[in-house]
Amino acid sequence: MTAGKHHVIIKGVKDGLNFLLDDSCELAAVLDELRHKLESTHDRILTGPIVHVHVRLGRRIVSDEEKEEIRAIIGQKGNLLIQSIESDEPEPLAGTAAPITVLKGMIRSGQTLQHDGNLLYLGDVNPGGTILCTGSIYIMGSLRGMAHAGLDGDDTAIIAASHMRPTQLRIASVISRPPDEWGFQEAFMEYACIKDGHMEIDKLNGMHRLVLA
Amino acid sequence: MGEAIVITSGKGGVGKTTTSANVGTALALQGKKVCMVDTDIGLRNLDVVMGLENRIIYDLVDVVEGRCRLPQALIKDKRFEELYLLPAAQTKDKHAVSPESVKDIILELKKDFDFVIIDCPAGIEQGFRNAVAGADKAIVVTTPENAAVRDADRIIGLLENEKIHAPKLIINRIRHNMVKKGEMLDIDEICSVLAIDLLGIVPDDEHVIKAANAGEPTVMNPTSRAAIAYRNVARRILGESVPLMPLEQKPGMFTKLKQFFKLG
Repeated sequence: MTAGKHHVIIKGVKDGLNFLLDDSCELAAVLDELRHKLESTHDRILTGPIVHVHVRLGRRIVSDEEKEEIRAIIGQKGNLLIQSIESDEPEPLAGTAAPITVLKGMIRSGQTLQHDGNLLYLGDVNPGGTILCTGSIYIMGSLRGMAHAGLDGDDTAIIAASHMRPTQLRIASVISRPPDEWGFQEAFMEYACIKDGHMEIDKLNGMHRLVLA
Repeated sequence: MGEAIVITSGKGGVGKTTTSANVGTALALQGKKVCMVDTDIGLRNLDVVMGLENRIIYDLVDVVEGRCRLPQALIKDKRFEELYLLPAAQTKDKHAVSPESVKDIILELKKDFDFVIIDCPAGIEQGFRNAVAGADKAIVVTTPENAAVRDADRIIGLLENEKIHAPKLIINRIRHNMVKKGEMLDIDEICSVLAIDLLGIVPDDEHVIKAANAGEPTVMNPTSRAAIAYRNVARRILGESVPLMPLEQKPGMFTKLKQFFKLG
């Protein structure tokens, strides 16, 4: 750890000063340094005519109380006028935390549910009912009808169900007729995925290995 | 204002007409004023099952097309003062009437009757839409076969589209010995797939066929097990809580004695 790393950088810009607060350490440390800089080291520079101040927090998200604290510290200097305290837009979360939509109901024979993205479905899919999804499908209920995950060709999509007794499963372009092809005994808490171009079925308790891989 | 109940199933031959005739008659037995409406235009049967075929003068299509007034087309039952039938036409087909016109007729009937029982044709086309147009509630009839349960499931979905929610289920023609051997779907299985309330179970009973041929609803014969089942259904419609009848035949006195001596 470099002792000399600055958590607070003060930069002069056209319409005043930019306070760049580091977003990769604890807020308390930043505030300490801010206080220190204002009161001792940069004391002289920061007295004089009124200066507009913009506080940039990087990717740090702060609460209203914490904003107030920053205001209070900078406000000690009568000539510093805070114009804004801003954080960067958070980047969309990627990977494991892919968004999932929760829907509930019951898909009966002749009914179709189509969804973009991953879907958590609370309810049954009956024989003759269809559930289509561009992402993965997780069903809390009985899957007795047809489910198609990875509709646009995503073969990493999976289909999981608390009661897995489908008439047919499809992932991307792979089609499987479960009862004939799997020969399974139990039907509870299972999921299907694609392995080497073939559909495989496994118990849900082994799924963490797949999803996190 | 009475209540209009449509009896439907999707699949043909599961016992819609038999159920309509028996539920209607059982409600009349309970002292209610009932009108049965046959919407199976072109393939009418309800009049035959009720034994009223030879009394038909006007029918549903005549009322819709204005050839007679509604009360003229109603046929009074042979057995009950307050049980009536509005028969379907046999010479036309389902397109002879529209859902709106059936709805108007049902509304008119609801003013005079406690219950309007609508017998729906098989299928999901125009005939189905005609039948459900005026209904407040629905009874879905199925038998313990996969094909019938699939169609019942589809019908429940279509009823929801027609804003008839929470229909009730009657499982018809259950053969206890086959269920016991696992050769027939059991009641719990059907209920868990269809996920609607069970209104009644009706055992397979030869007497139903005999009675239908004689033009007398089964429900009139209190020794028939199917008759008891239909009477229970009627009582449940009226809000009584009646336990489901045991499917197992009660052993007679003689069998009981035999068992007793074998044990001794």
